[in-house]
Amino acid sequence: MIKGLGKWVDDRLPVSHFWNAHLAKYYVPHNFNFWYYFGSLLLVVFVLQIVTGIWLTMSYKPSAENAFASVEYIMRDVEWGWLLRYMHSTGASFFFIAVYLHIFRGMMYGSYKKPRELIWIFGVLILLVLMAEAFMGYLLPWGQMSYWGAQVIISLFSSVPVVGPDLALWIRGDYVISDATLNRFFALHVIALPLVLLFLIGGHVMALHEVGSNNPDGVDIKEHKDSSGKPVDGIPFHPYYTVKDLFGLGVFMFIFAVVLFYWPDGGGLFLEHPNFTPANPLQTPEHIAPVWYFAPHYAILRAVPDKFLGVLAMTLAILILFVLPWVDRNRTRSIRYRSTAFKVNLFAFAAAFIGLGYLGTQPPTTLGTLASQILSAVYFGFFIALFFISRRERTKPVPERLQ
Amino acid sequence: MADSPSNPARRRFLTGAATAVGAVGVGFAAVPFLSSFQPSAKAEAAGAPVDVNIGKLSPGQMTTVSWRGKPVYLVNRTERMLESLPELNDQLRDPDSEIVTQQPPFASNIYRAREENERYLVVVGICTHLGCAPTYRPEVAPEDLGEDWKGGFFCPCHGSKFDLSGRVYKGVPAPTNLEVPEYVYLSEDIIRVGGTEEDPA
Amino acid sequence: MIRITFLMFLIGLMATPSAKAASSDYPLADAEVDLGDKAALYRGAQTFMGNCASCHSANMMRFSRIGEDLGLTEEQLAELLPTESHKPGDVIETNMPADYAKETFGIVPPDLTLTARVNGADWLYTYLVSFYEDPDTLWGVNNAVFPLVSMPHVFAAAQGVKQPVYETEGEGERTRKTLVGLEAPARPGTMTEEAFEQKMKDLAAYMVYMAEPAALKRHQYGPYVLAFLLVFILVMYLLKREYWRDIKH
Repeated sequence: MIKGLGKWVDDRLPVSHFWNAHLAKYYVPHNFNFWYYFGSLLLVVFVLQIVTGIWLTMSYKPSAENAFASVEYIMRDVEWGWLLRYMHSTGASFFFIAVYLHIFRGMMYGSYKKPRELIWIFGVLILLVLMAEAFMGYLLPWGQMSYWGAQVIISLFSSVPVVGPDLALWIRGDYVISDATLNRFFALHVIALPLVLLFLIGGHVMALHEVGSNNPDGVDIKEHKDSSGKPVDGIPFHPYYTVKDLFGLGVFMFIFAVVLFYWPDGGGLFLEHPNFTPANPLQTPEHIAPVWYFAPHYAILRAVPDKFLGVLAMTLAILILFVLPWVDRNRTRSIRYRSTAFKVNLFAFAAAFIGLGYLGTQPPTTLGTLASQILSAVYFGFFIALFFISRRERTKPVPERLQ
Repeated sequence: MADSPSNPARRRFLTGAATAVGAVGVGFAAVPFLSSFQPSAKAEAAGAPVDVNIGKLSPGQMTTVSWRGKPVYLVNRTERMLESLPELNDQLRDPDSEIVTQQPPFASNIYRAREENERYLVVVGICTHLGCAPTYRPEVAPEDLGEDWKGGFFCPCHGSKFDLSGRVYKGVPAPTNLEVPEYVYLSEDIIRVGGTEEDPA
Repeated sequence: MIRITFLMFLIGLMATPSAKAASSDYPLADAEVDLGDKAALYRGAQTFMGNCASCHSANMMRFSRIGEDLGLTEEQLAELLPTESHKPGDVIETNMPADYAKETFGIVPPDLTLTARVNGADWLYTYLVSFYEDPDTLWGVNNAVFPLVSMPHVFAAAQGVKQPVYETEGEGERTRKTLVGLEAPARPGTMTEEAFEQKMKDLAAYMVYMAEPAALKRHQYGPYVLAFLLVFILVMYLLKREYWRDIKH
C-alpha cells in the first residue's frame, strides 16, 4: 500500500532520482577529515536560524517604540522564548564560526581550483549575503549597540564619492537610523535575504554535486573508475557520510548547547553588554565594537587613515576572495603537497585574520592601529604573495589514488 | 568496500537505536516551539481575575465587564425574573445545565448561579453558536420576540435565544447554554470574575 | 599544524575581553553571586522593593515570576507588592512622576531591569558599597565607580558615609586629585560593615536574577540536554563505526 503510493509519487516526482543523485549514489572520497564536517553543519545551522527566526517573528515587534521591549518580552513572558532567542543569537555566531572554518578548509585543500571555481564563487556570494543578513538582524533588538553599530556601518556608505550622502539617506529612509530603517531591515532580514541565501546555497550544492567533492589529498577520484563507472576511491554519501555527519552534528550540538545553557552571551561577544540598554539616538556608548564576526573587517577599515579608502579596503578584503581561483596559479590542490612558502603564507593569512578580529573588538590605540596596519598588509599580501609563489612552486608529487 | 555488513544484527540494532535517539531528540526539541504558542505571562497577567462591584446594580439591570478580552454579563435579576425561570424548562434544550463544560459545578442549577446569591447571574456574553455577543432583552413579550418571551438574551446574528439564566431555547442554532465563568464573592458586593474558591487571586 | 591554528582561533575568540561600561579604573569587588541561593535572592528582592523601587522602575519584571522562580509563598510574595491594589501579574513600576524626578535628580532614574546585564554583577556591587563624601556634589556624595552619579546615598544611614583617600599631583591650580581608596565612615552606620556588604551582595544577586530570570531555567535544563546529547553522540559514533567497517583501505 505504502509502496504503491511511493511508486505513484515517484512516477510523477523525481524523488528517488534526487535521493540517488545527491545521497545514495553520490560518490565522495572516503578520506574526509575533521574539516569536512562544516558543510553539512552549515546546512543544519541555516535551517535552525530559519526555524527559530520564524518563531521569533511571532512575538517580535519591528518598531522603534516596541522592538526592545518585545525582545525582553520574548526572553521573559513567552514560554521558552528565552531558548528560541538564544538559539537564534548564538546560532548567528556559530554560523560564522562554521563559515570561516569552512572557507579555511577550502583554502587549505584548494577546493576553489578548477573545476570548482563556481562553487567557490557561490560560496563568497553566500558569505556576502550572510554578512548583510547578520548586520540587518543585529539592528532588530534595538539596543545601543544595534543602533550605533548600524549608524557607523551605514555612515560608511556616505563616504562614497558624489552619491555617498544620498546613498546613506536612501538606505536609512530617514536622517538618522529610525523606525523606517528598522522596519525595512526587518523585512530584508526575515524574507528577502533568507530567500537569496536559499537560492545561493542551492547553487553552491548543485555546483558541488555536478563536479564532485574535493578531498584532503586534492586527488581527483573520478580519474579511476571501476567497470560499472563508480569511482574506485569513492563511497556513496549515504549511508557512510550521513552517519558520520550525524556524529559530527552531535558534537557540534553539544558545544552549541554548552554555550546556549551556560554562556549565552559568549562573555559579551555573542550578545554585547551595552545592547541591553535601549537604543538612544542622543547618546553613544563609550566604546562601539562590531560583533566579533565583523571585527576583522572593521579592523581593516580603521587601519586606513582615509575614510573612503578605508571603506574601499574593507570591501576589497571580501571581494578579493572572488579572484582566488585565478590568483593561485598552481595546479596542486592540497596543502599536503605544496611548498613551505605556501604553507607559511596561508597560516600568516589565517593568523592575520584572527589578529585583526581581536584588534577590531578593542578600542583604538596608536599601537593597535599600527598592528592593524601590519596585519592588513599581511591579509592582502597573502594574495599577492600567492600569485608569485604559485607561479613556479616546487610541489611534492601528488599520488594517483587516495592514500 | 564490502557490500554486505559483517554483522547485520548489530547494524540493525544500532540503526534502530540511532533512530530512537533521534526521534526522542526531535520530540524534545519540538517542546519549546510548541509551548511558545501558549498564552504568555503578559497575556496571563492581562487575563487575571477582574473584580466587579455589584452593589450599585439595581434590580433588572445588567453590566458588562471585560475579562480575558471577553464580555462578561452580570445581571441583578428581580424576583419576577427568578420566578419565570422554572416555567420555561420544557422549552429549553438543557434546562438543568447538564453539559458540564458550560458552567462550574456550583452553577448547575436553574439559576445558574451560586445558590446563596441566586439573584446575580454571571455569564460570558458570547453566543455558543458562532461567537456573537447576544443582547440583553429583559422586557416581557416585546413585539419582535413574541408573546412567550419572558426576558433573556437574544443573539442578533442568527437569532439564538437564551433565557435569563443564559439557558438556550430549543429550535435555535446555538447548541448549548451560555458559559458561566468561574467567579467568587469576595464580599457581599464584590464579585471576582475568574477567581475560584481555592484561589481567589 | 592545522589543529593548532584551529585551537588558536578558539583561544583568540575566548580571550577577547568585552567592552566594559564602567568608565573608572577603580578596582571591582567580587559580588559572589549564587543564583541557587533563593533565600539571598528573596532578601535582595525585599531590599530592592524597599529601597530602589520608590524611584526606579523595573518594568520588565513581573512579581508573579519572582514568586514562581524563588518558590515564594503567597505571604512572601504579598510582602513584595508595594500596595494591596497591586496584582501578582504586575510589573515593577515606580510611582514617582518623571517630571518630579527630573526636577529633583536632574535625570529620570533609569529602569533597573537589565542593569546587571549591562554593567555586570561586580560593578553593581562595588557601586552599591562605594559611595563616599564629596561636598562638591548635589547630594554631598560621590561614587568611586560612577563618578558624579546623580543618585543620593540611599543607604547612608545603614552604611555611614565613607571617606575618600586622594592622591594629589601637581601644584596650585593644576592640582589633580585621583581617588585611590575609601576609608571607614566618620560616623559609623547602623549596620556592621559585613552585614551591610552582605545585604548589598544579596541585592546585586537579585538584580542579576532580575536581568535574566531565564538563567535559572538554563541551569535547570542544561544538564539534561547535555546528558542527552552525550548519549546521542555515543550512539551516532557506534553507528558510524559500524557502517565504516565496510570500507577497507
